[in-house]
Amino acid sequence: MMPYDDDLFTKSYDSRLMRRLLAYLRPHRVEVFIAVSAIAGHSLMQLGLPYLTKLAIDRHIMTGSLNGLEEIIILCLVLLSSCFVLEYIETYTMQMMGQKIMFDLRMEIYRHLQHLDLRFYDTNPVGRLMTRVTTDVDALNELFSSGVISIFRDVVLLVGIMILLLWMDWRLALVAFSVLPLIMVVTHWFRKNARESYRKVRFLIARINTFLQENITGMATVQLFRQEKNNFDKFDSVNQAHRDANIDSIFYYATFYPTIEFIGALATALIIWFGGGWSLQGTLTLGALVAFLQYSQRFFRPISDLSEKFNILQSAMASSERIFDLLDTPVRSAKFQEEQRPSGGGRIVFENVWFAYNNEDYILRDVSFAINPGERVGIVGSTGAGKTTLINLLFRFYEVNKGRITIDGIDIRSIPLDVLRERFGLVLQDVFLFSGTVRENIAIGKRSIEETDLRAIVDSVNAKSFIDQLPGGLGAELGERGATLSSGQKQLLSFARALVSSPKVLILDEATSNIDTETELLIQEALHRLMSNRTTLAIAHRLSTVQDMDRILVFHKGKLRESGSHQELLTQRGLYFKLYQLQYKDQETDSSFSVMKTSFSSSQ
Amino acid sequence: MSSPLRKLLPYVLSYRKKLALGFVFLLVTTTIQLVSPWVLKYAIDELMLGVTRSKLIGYAGALLGLAVLGGAGRFFMRRIIIGVSRLIEYDLRNRFFSHLQQLSLSYYQENRTGDLMSRATNDLNAVRMMVGPAIMYSSTTGITFIVAVFLMWAISPRLTFFVLLPLPLVSLAVKSFGSAIYRRSELIQAQLAKMSAITQETLTGVRVVRAYNREALEIERFKDANYEYVERSRSVIRLQGIFYPSLALLLGLSGLAVLAIGTREVVSARMSLGDFVAFNAYLMMLTWPMIAFGWVTNILQRGLAAWKRMLDVLETEPTIKAPVAPSIVSNVGETKGAITFKELSFSYRDRPVLRNVSAVIKPGQSLGVVGPTGSGKSTLVNLLPRLFDPPEGTVFIDDHDVRDIPLAVLRGFIGYVPQEPILFSDSIIKNVMFGSHSNKKSLDAAEQAIEISRLDKDLQGFPKGFETEIGERGITLSGGQKQRVAIARALMVDPKILVLDDALSAVDTQTEDEIFSHLHHIMRERTSVVVSHRISAVRDADLILVLEDGRVHERGTHNELVDAGGVYANLYQKQQLQAELEES
Repeated sequence: MMPYDDDLFTKSYDSRLMRRLLAYLRPHRVEVFIAVSAIAGHSLMQLGLPYLTKLAIDRHIMTGSLNGLEEIIILCLVLLSSCFVLEYIETYTMQMMGQKIMFDLRMEIYRHLQHLDLRFYDTNPVGRLMTRVTTDVDALNELFSSGVISIFRDVVLLVGIMILLLWMDWRLALVAFSVLPLIMVVTHWFRKNARESYRKVRFLIARINTFLQENITGMATVQLFRQEKNNFDKFDSVNQAHRDANIDSIFYYATFYPTIEFIGALATALIIWFGGGWSLQGTLTLGALVAFLQYSQRFFRPISDLSEKFNILQSAMASSERIFDLLDTPVRSAKFQEEQRPSGGGRIVFENVWFAYNNEDYILRDVSFAINPGERVGIVGSTGAGKTTLINLLFRFYEVNKGRITIDGIDIRSIPLDVLRERFGLVLQDVFLFSGTVRENIAIGKRSIEETDLRAIVDSVNAKSFIDQLPGGLGAELGERGATLSSGQKQLLSFARALVSSPKVLILDEATSNIDTETELLIQEALHRLMSNRTTLAIAHRLSTVQDMDRILVFHKGKLRESGSHQELLTQRGLYFKLYQLQYKDQETDSSFSVMKTSFSSSQ
Repeated sequence: MSSPLRKLLPYVLSYRKKLALGFVFLLVTTTIQLVSPWVLKYAIDELMLGVTRSKLIGYAGALLGLAVLGGAGRFFMRRIIIGVSRLIEYDLRNRFFSHLQQLSLSYYQENRTGDLMSRATNDLNAVRMMVGPAIMYSSTTGITFIVAVFLMWAISPRLTFFVLLPLPLVSLAVKSFGSAIYRRSELIQAQLAKMSAITQETLTGVRVVRAYNREALEIERFKDANYEYVERSRSVIRLQGIFYPSLALLLGLSGLAVLAIGTREVVSARMSLGDFVAFNAYLMMLTWPMIAFGWVTNILQRGLAAWKRMLDVLETEPTIKAPVAPSIVSNVGETKGAITFKELSFSYRDRPVLRNVSAVIKPGQSLGVVGPTGSGKSTLVNLLPRLFDPPEGTVFIDDHDVRDIPLAVLRGFIGYVPQEPILFSDSIIKNVMFGSHSNKKSLDAAEQAIEISRLDKDLQGFPKGFETEIGERGITLSGGQKQRVAIARALMVDPKILVLDDALSAVDTQTEDEIFSHLHHIMRERTSVVVSHRISAVRDADLILVLEDGRVHERGTHNELVDAGGVYANLYQKQQLQAELEES
């Protein structure tokens, strides 16, 4: 029913995940060592305290002599103050280590996301990905800062207590240990169920995130279509599912803790029964019995603590599974043997390129053409002809299915991505602006740019007048995605943006479709100057944008159907001619008549 | 109680019965737990005197019985109280979302999506921890503390006095650490939201990030935010690092007092060994409350900070409100669709966008709006469905101020197609039918809408036809396809007024032409407003407004405007010139 079903039921092995998680501790060996030493010292000292009580009972209370009690008290003071220092070291080191690991992990995920194939983004909603960077990483934080190492503490305590008990009286120790199998059974039951329910909860949280993301971005649309109620109901059902999954998981916790405590009480009862008996026989001192009772309470604390850690472990496992899934998504399927950089003029060749976004649904079919250095090429065709896909492939946002694309004879797959993309100045039809100032949005790909250069560019794309009107001019803050600007204004900014990096190849994707005629004419002028010494690839809906290009490629249904100059194509009286006619049939009929006349005359 | 918490109270109180029951169990289980050391005390004292084994069985049995009762109580306590916290979380999340739905476009332009999402998830979770686990643990803690101290007092008032001596210090520590941790955790939450926002932004704009080789810069930007988060956490960790050991130390000193003074008391026979052991057991029981106290304070502080951040949103008044006294237009059918702009001036964030715009469009007529980028075209049509609120008495539909028409009615008869349509990750047909219920009749209507918007041409490109799922925000559709889905979507609501805000900018000319010829047919019965920068899209309009810098620069029909020889004529000439250039 849901597309992410497999998320919910993936099975995996704890130990494999755990080993991989623990690898993140490696760079922090020093901290681990400090924390572990502090914990070991701290736990052992804690264990000393009940033993001091035993000594007080056996040596003083039972004998009635107070001689030497001061020694016990001084020892106790020493233990307490060392505990204080050690615990501080332990807490600080562990928590900071957790934070540093989270830092590393977040960077790793984020970096990975920055390099993942665009295909990946087609199928993974942004909301879900965000859950990985925030919620899931947070779950791991607990694992590292209070989980892994305090598990060590619990283990040290457990082993310490067991040794102490065996040393004090092995018979009574075995009595106390007799409940351990019970604990193991209960823990196993809990482990199994809690893990499943955790997985479900995480999955639903991601769904809530996705839903929120989409609805917040599209809130105006929801409101315009009065779908508030409908979408609220949808939200409500996901929210309910999340609530119910959580309530289910409460059951396991609510059962588990009391059961463990009951088993603890069982141990106490057994100690009283057997220990009391032996004490009556005189084979066990009363001090030892009291110490046993105290230790047995401390014995079950780490055990129930360990299961509390289970809680953390569960959520960490579920989260880490998702995080690793993401990290394991390969960045590039086809990596070429050795890196090469184009060194010539930059001749771009598409050789028998086939491409489909899904399976066999080809958007481009056997497309071949070349763009020579300095050439200005226009691409036209009706919607869905595959024009934008050409750009996606050239930038290697997607990989070709068959055939290849070369620059100066070098397959683009062997050109380092940044080198490849640096060549192009891109203006997309959907202008994406980042929150930040106008200046930052223009100088997007560059760390620094001369103010005078920037102003010259802004001026040259005719963006100066509207930018000057913004409060703060170039320093004006844009809202999320530049929501405060009109499409045309955004387009102007994106022009400036493309020019900042002074690219070798200018690529315009239906770039001028949102600009009013007046502005467009001015931009055309600016572009003209730029194109004069630059290879240009322009995708356009309106033929006016491409008519003075050196060559025009006409695409239809994924195939390259015609190629030639404006005049040549008109003469061919093919697809281009048809497009041209349609576009200008609003104009007086006699002018289209004259077109035919001109084309006839030029063909003769 | 501070006022933000008072605002949380109603959500908690709606489960008062369940909570009351939960607290009964809490009381029972805590009391039972406190009785066990008392049993221990008797057992030890009788051991000193030498008892029979049968009596020992009795004590062991009593301990077990108490444990069973306590365990059962604990089970219900957890189930009920933590369960209620999940119910409250659910209520709050729904409340939060429904409030978001009332906030207007300008709010979403000023607030980042990632930040709002973080409030609905991360912050909400912190609030839940506060109303659930924190309340449960603090109650257990409180009761355990009071009863344990009382029982210790019963055993030995003198010893209890010494044990409680460090107590004022404890409360002082908790109070000062608590408020310091609170302030700092507020900063941590804010930073977390910032990181979410950055992530959201770069993931949504992934194409641009890639095309401009901005990955490294983005990674750096994220790294800075991430680093800042670690640093802010560090300050809280330092405090916690001192806080917990201090509590343990103070408690240890109490234990020391018991050891030093208690031993003397027993030796001088003012106390039995059983008393001594039970006293120690109670002291151990105080350990947990002390630690929990710090932990709970932490959760409370974090929760409070988170709740305040949620209140920021919940208390934002929707700027666009339903009319207090709605006009008589109460259903869509009665509308004729006349539009009047009366001396309309409008500013956005103190920037004047529209200045003194007036126009009258009769039912069934069409209005064309042209003008350069940023001249206020989009804003003008955004005011019609009240995406932004016009000043009172400036925008009318059928002589009713749009502000007086119930929002649902108003938006019900306007079909609006924006420049950059937002689609939802659902099937194409579901997106088309977004504004309508699905039944036989609407399916027919959808078919028609799909035909008018020429989506049918693309059918073969969709692997599962119109049932094809589109990616988030329709990412696998081209810009033109998205726009055409949006047109079909708007037609589906059978609007009296159709608003096309540069709605065909990404559609190729051939298709645009087809769409317009289809639309002409159905627009005859409707009022239409067409915003465009192409003369061809508006030349047939009954009235054309030429906007410049928010003012109506020229008005009239196509022919009038061309004859007038102004901006419009100039624009027209330029577009003609282009055509002629192409002919050369």
